[in-house]
Amino acid sequence: MLEIEGLNAYYGRAHILHGVGFSMGRGEVLALMGRNGAGKSTTMKAVMGLVPPQAGRVIFEGHTIVGREPFEIARLGIGYVPEERRVFSELSVMENLSVAQRPKREGAPHWTPERLFQLFPNLGRMRDRPGGAMSGGEQQMLTIARTLMGNPKLVLLDEPSEGLAPVIVEEMAKTILALKSEGLSVLISEQNLHFAGSVADRATIIEKGLIRFTGTMDELKADEAVRAQYLSV
Amino acid sequence: MIDLIFAQTLNGLASASSLFLVACGLSIIFGVTRIVNFAHGSFYMLGAYLAFTLVTRFGPADVFGFWGGVLVAALIVAALGAIVEIVILRRIYQAPELFQLLATFGLVLMVQDIALGIWGPEDKLGPRAPGFKSFVVLMGSRFPTYELFLIVVGPIMLGLLWFLFQKTRWGTLVRAATQDREMVGALGVNQRLLFTSVFAFGAGLAALGGALQLPREAVNLHMDLSMISEAFVVVVVGGLGSVTGAYLAAVLIGIIHAFGILVFPKITLVLVFLVMAVVLVIKPYGLMGERPVGSAHAHGPVEPLLLPASFNIKLIGLAALAVLLLAPFVVADHWLLTLTELSIFALFAASLHFMMGPGGMASFGHAAYFGLGAYGAALAVKWLGMPMLPALAFAPFLAGIAGFVFGWFCVRLSGVYLAMLTLAFAQIAWATAFQWVDVTGGDNGILGIWPAPWASSKLVYYYLALAICVAAILALRVVIFAPFGYALRAGRDSPLRAEAIGLPVMRIQWIAFIIAAFAAGIAGALFAFFKGSVFPTYMAIPRSVDGLLMVLLGGVQTVSGPIVGAFAFMGLQEQLVKATMYWRFVLGASIVLLVILFPRGLVGTALAFAERRREAEPAPPVTAAPELAR
Repeated sequence: MLEIEGLNAYYGRAHILHGVGFSMGRGEVLALMGRNGAGKSTTMKAVMGLVPPQAGRVIFEGHTIVGREPFEIARLGIGYVPEERRVFSELSVMENLSVAQRPKREGAPHWTPERLFQLFPNLGRMRDRPGGAMSGGEQQMLTIARTLMGNPKLVLLDEPSEGLAPVIVEEMAKTILALKSEGLSVLISEQNLHFAGSVADRATIIEKGLIRFTGTMDELKADEAVRAQYLSV
Repeated sequence: MIDLIFAQTLNGLASASSLFLVACGLSIIFGVTRIVNFAHGSFYMLGAYLAFTLVTRFGPADVFGFWGGVLVAALIVAALGAIVEIVILRRIYQAPELFQLLATFGLVLMVQDIALGIWGPEDKLGPRAPGFKSFVVLMGSRFPTYELFLIVVGPIMLGLLWFLFQKTRWGTLVRAATQDREMVGALGVNQRLLFTSVFAFGAGLAALGGALQLPREAVNLHMDLSMISEAFVVVVVGGLGSVTGAYLAAVLIGIIHAFGILVFPKITLVLVFLVMAVVLVIKPYGLMGERPVGSAHAHGPVEPLLLPASFNIKLIGLAALAVLLLAPFVVADHWLLTLTELSIFALFAASLHFMMGPGGMASFGHAAYFGLGAYGAALAVKWLGMPMLPALAFAPFLAGIAGFVFGWFCVRLSGVYLAMLTLAFAQIAWATAFQWVDVTGGDNGILGIWPAPWASSKLVYYYLALAICVAAILALRVVIFAPFGYALRAGRDSPLRAEAIGLPVMRIQWIAFIIAAFAAGIAGALFAFFKGSVFPTYMAIPRSVDGLLMVLLGGVQTVSGPIVGAFAFMGLQEQLVKATMYWRFVLGASIVLLVILFPRGLVGTALAFAERRREAEPAPPVTAAPELAR
């Protein structure tokens, strides 16, 4: 459903992605792994059109999406959950959700606030609370719920476990598996092998803007050399 | 006494309503698009003119004719706003914010000439509103019912806007985009549509504010700039992006105006801007505003490094200087006047660049120091009987002292807030010159400020001005590349780190502010003797914008940029004034085009071009916003 090939992207003068390429299937959870600064976030932003790629192809369900505006890419069915969460702090939970609301989409689960509150019961108890007055974990749930309001087929989750308490991380893993069971494809960027192993089917490793490894989670767990070279700190 | 206070309070509230509508539109537009829309006063003026025409056509005595005309005028201007956004602004959202500001000022110039062309130079007196022609007697004084109507309009509009922003999807999107427009786009919201609708809505509000003034005051060609400076004050005092804050501030300003006329009729304008300065010092982000998330610094490409000129550029500079020195032997006499003026403005531009470039403090009001230099010279001649040279030496100190006082306030802020505060101070200086008739002659200015006999020939004065300007510009350059200049740039690029290594950032910026004011004062003093007279217009907004244009046209990245910019701009303007009566329109259109075509300025674009040719690598995108960089 998503194919990336030869993706090159820059921040100002800095060349970040040097030809990233990988592909994902429908209903798959793929972990994009690598150290800080390896290019995980930039890959996601480039797919989303937030950092316009200078070269390369990104094909989503047969549509070439390089060069499109972020809102067009979102409307094709890609949901983006930024690492910094970027909750609208002056808007209430309900308003945050309503910003992202899109019509029902063929071939994707349809989300309403009520359905999301079943998935994230905490949010249902604070519908009128401003986003700025929530804890980090609650904000992380809200930002995922907000993205789901667009009824995406593919969700890009940038470092969902970062900075969260262990209990919440566990909850996050359950959430991702729940999304998978709904038939969603999920690309998560992650540094934590344990967390990635608990949710992902496959992993692809990025280092200095290049893909160094792609394989199943089990293959990665078995390959100590790769882990030592690209993941351990 | 009580009844007088009551009457003035009502007056203040009545004038607050239009001000609120205009400021509110300005604030919403800034919140979402991050563009400081100078042309907002022009929408206000267009609203008033269009309402005048439409109401006259539809029948002013008829209820539907009058109110229909007012509403249709607002709708037409809203549509114009949409067109402006689609045709111009959409192309420059990625440009540095000062360029956007310049583009909107280009629009101001264009609209001024369009209005002049359509409605002519005479003031237009509108009809009174049907149903609101009478007076009521309140506490012993007669009060027009239309004023009461306006007093009610303010809170009603505040309520409607509150409903719109809190209870509708569009309002929610606008609030979300005000906070993080990129994220709103990533969530599938068509930002273009949102931006266009916000701009059209804001323009419509401004036009409605203008149209509602029709029964109150004559429509004229100066409404735009007088409104925009007050609207800036209201927005900044209220807090950028806050509708309620805009209303509170509009009421505050309206009432200060009303009572100012009563108590200090000579300094009402000064009073308004003083209140703004006081509010900003106590609450730097306005009454209801909040500290902006992330850096208050401009968006767009990261500030490029200011490098000393290369050997070749120095050679070109020397050659240009030689040409200027030899010019009098070649060119006709009247060209000397042009060259003198150009030299003076090159210094003016260089002084502004000193503040904006290395100092990182954008000034919307640099003309204040130019004007104070000019007035310093004129006052020294007129009141102290000084001859030319002592007066020339004295004058920059007046500008420098103003820089000392104003700068103390300004360096406490940054970004747009700082720029708006500089505008406010410039308006104080302008208002003082304009209203303190006993000393400054008011609008009539001070005449008869001629050079000493030995310098009265065009040739001698040219060499004198050239020598002083070149020396001053070189002195500025020395400071930029001295340790002080490095410290200044360190403070600009990373205030926290500069503080951490022991640099007193605020004091360094303050000193830079004073130096820039002093240098502008030198240019102003030279200009006073050059023209033989001084007028308040020397300190008015258009002169400040001239300075910005010169610097940005040339490019902030180099020391030579502003000088090139000054020559280019003054040359262009002079030719235009000669060529057509509607030179403002052509100039405005050229500014808009230049901003769209050369978002880095003339010298900056040339440098980028040269660099691109040197690099074999593909050009990186210039669009990545710094807050994205991780």
